[in-house]
Amino acid sequence: MRIGVFVCQCGTNIAGTVDTESVACQALQHPDVVYATSYMYTCSEPGQQQIQRAIKEENLQGVVVAACSPRMHEPTFRRAVEKAGLNRFMFEMANIREHVSWISNDRDANTKKAAEQVQMAVAKLRFNHPLFSSKVPINKKVLVIGGGVAGIQAALDCADGGLEVVLVERQPSIGGKMAKLDKTFPTIDCSSCILGPKMVDVVQKENIRLSTCSEVESVSGYIGNFSVQIRRKTTYVDWSLCTGCGLCMEKCPSKKVPDHFNEDLGNTRAISIPFPQAIPRKATIDKEYCRQFTKGKCGVCKKLCPVGAINFEMEDEFISEDVGAIIVATGFDMFDHTSYGEYGGGRFPDVISGLQYERILSASGPFGGHIKRPSDGREPKNIVFVACVGSRDASVDRPYCSGVCCMYIAKQAILTRDHLPDANCYVFYMDIRSPGKNYDEFVRRAQEEYGVNYIRGRVGKIYPKDDHLIVQGADTLLGVQVEVKADLVVLATGVEASAGARELAEKLRISYDQHGFYMESHPKLRPVETNTAGVYLAGVCQGPKDIPSSVAQGSAAAAKVQALFSRDTLETNPQVALVNERACVACGKCIQVCPFGAIQWKELRGGIQKAEVLPSVCQGCGLCNATCPPKAVQLQHCTDNQILAEIDVLCA
Amino acid sequence: MIDHMKESNLAPAQKQALRIVGFLCNWCSYGGADTAGVCRFKQPTDLRVIRVPCTGRMDPLFIARALILGADGVLVSGCHPKDCHYAVGNLYARRRLEVLKRMLPFMGIHIDRFRYTWVSASEGQRWQQVVTEFSEQIRTLGPNPGVRRQAIV
Repeated sequence: MRIGVFVCQCGTNIAGTVDTESVACQALQHPDVVYATSYMYTCSEPGQQQIQRAIKEENLQGVVVAACSPRMHEPTFRRAVEKAGLNRFMFEMANIREHVSWISNDRDANTKKAAEQVQMAVAKLRFNHPLFSSKVPINKKVLVIGGGVAGIQAALDCADGGLEVVLVERQPSIGGKMAKLDKTFPTIDCSSCILGPKMVDVVQKENIRLSTCSEVESVSGYIGNFSVQIRRKTTYVDWSLCTGCGLCMEKCPSKKVPDHFNEDLGNTRAISIPFPQAIPRKATIDKEYCRQFTKGKCGVCKKLCPVGAINFEMEDEFISEDVGAIIVATGFDMFDHTSYGEYGGGRFPDVISGLQYERILSASGPFGGHIKRPSDGREPKNIVFVACVGSRDASVDRPYCSGVCCMYIAKQAILTRDHLPDANCYVFYMDIRSPGKNYDEFVRRAQEEYGVNYIRGRVGKIYPKDDHLIVQGADTLLGVQVEVKADLVVLATGVEASAGARELAEKLRISYDQHGFYMESHPKLRPVETNTAGVYLAGVCQGPKDIPSSVAQGSAAAAKVQALFSRDTLETNPQVALVNERACVACGKCIQVCPFGAIQWKELRGGIQKAEVLPSVCQGCGLCNATCPPKAVQLQHCTDNQILAEIDVLCA
Repeated sequence: MIDHMKESNLAPAQKQALRIVGFLCNWCSYGGADTAGVCRFKQPTDLRVIRVPCTGRMDPLFIARALILGADGVLVSGCHPKDCHYAVGNLYARRRLEVLKRMLPFMGIHIDRFRYTWVSASEGQRWQQVVTEFSEQIRTLGPNPGVRRQAIV
């Protein structure tokens, strides 16, 4: 084999701590290497042309590029060598940036390490064979998990493009957290007025199948051909009959049911429609509070329902869907505002979370849009907002900035001053983070036009005195301790990964970070893709963000799906397992271990059985390869010989 | 390279370069090592990385061979259990590598020369810690004399 080695300097990223010239020189010593050079930016247009020229002039049969991580540029260089006529699998990459130049400043050690990584890549390449993809059809249907604003946007965009969409939502209604908001910053747009029409669009689009009260049970398959099991949790109401008239809700005798939509500030009934604008507008029974279930007798709703939709014997249903792509938009949960004992959230009724205050401000909220204290219903005179509750605090394992709290406090303070012009608003903040369009202007308006008192410092303690709350904090700009006598304290709770995010990730085989937010494929260049092909991300499930960014990401994910579905077939990854029938002893161990059911029996003439890999199902993990006793199954492009070659040149 | 090893054996007083082989799964730990690099988390330079699709791909004999040939240490790192890109590959790996660990002393190889661990793609800092600790551990053990090569090759 004639091998060419191209060592990238990556400007000074590599060349700064690695002698790339020396790495190239040393590469020439290795067997089969006939050409080696180093170049400023190998991934650039001239850099790629240099490779292509060398392939032609030097008649190269294999190429090694020593540069950044293959997770970054392997596809780039594979395309480049393919254009010059080589098979794209006659290419190997040595990672000398992330794994070498960036982690040490010891130039000699780095150069030696880089040279050895190149040597290993060459050793492996000598065992490479050309591989060819086959084509599989794409099922042009998309599953959107999560019906918040990001999921709704993604579903609508896909539906607009003519795709079949299945939208799965865990709650009885779509709308997510945005449906709970009163107004949105920085325009003070009414949240339900801008979200409502989109929610209605979802049910009116013929090609969107909405499934609420549903969760993804299991996922199998691969890009283009996933098969998904959806569990539709029982509501004890036959939604095909329910008209959403609300009679049952009116007459239900179980009246002390915490209203989760109103953040437990008010009560609802055991059978309820979550909120007036709910989509779909259907009733659900809360089994925990329904007298029929707790006491064994009641049935008022069943007697009253004009269409006979109540069915206490209903059970969970399972729906199977075959889809080609999955958009995950599962959103977030709010940080538990009772976690800080010193703030008294949960102990003092007038210390509430940001989302609770949002419900208080909302005209459809528990107090009809009048600002009242939850404890005694009195109008508050002094309102204190505490920023960064569950954000930027490693002591509660939330070191990240939630990104929205500074803005929603400013909005809530402005709305408060609008509703109650005599009320005083105080904001305790660490820093103000307002890096969006018109965001900083908005915060300034709160301060200057609306006279909201911004105090830079943390709150140390909140305790009740008479019927007030004393907020003790510091003003770090003046360097003094301050005490505010407050009637109502709003804790600006941050966002956290939603409950069950990790379990869903494990079903989808996508990664998540230490806080439970899903990992994008590349933090900058592949923001909505995951490392599992065909699974895309939108909204806060990927990381804290505001509504415009969530919507943008929803559209971006939809665009990715549209691009994927614009083709009729998909090229399979040829890095799959292959059985050498002569060596196969038909023990069946590979069939047992394969997580994807990609290996089956094949009968040869004379009734001899051999294992056979289905290349379109095989995902290329290599588990069968490691299991096979006679090593008859080999994972192509990562064969035993290739790995051993790397070990041998390194250790021999 | 053999010459180099001889040299380093002759001059043990100098800070010797170690030969540590790292088998990293493509989806989690290779990404974690990339993350550590991107964040410029400084690490010892003794590790040489071999990328495998999944720790489930790891034939324990790869590790045995590396140690027999004279690698000073072998580190295998994959996705956290339950977070495997291939669902269960790392669970198989865990069993196999656990068995291998008990086999090593019979081959005359110190058990501490081998370690397997889980590092996700976001855990750059954890990767730095793993590499630093393991390199330090191997440095304490000193160079691996290897098993007499004629016997096995």
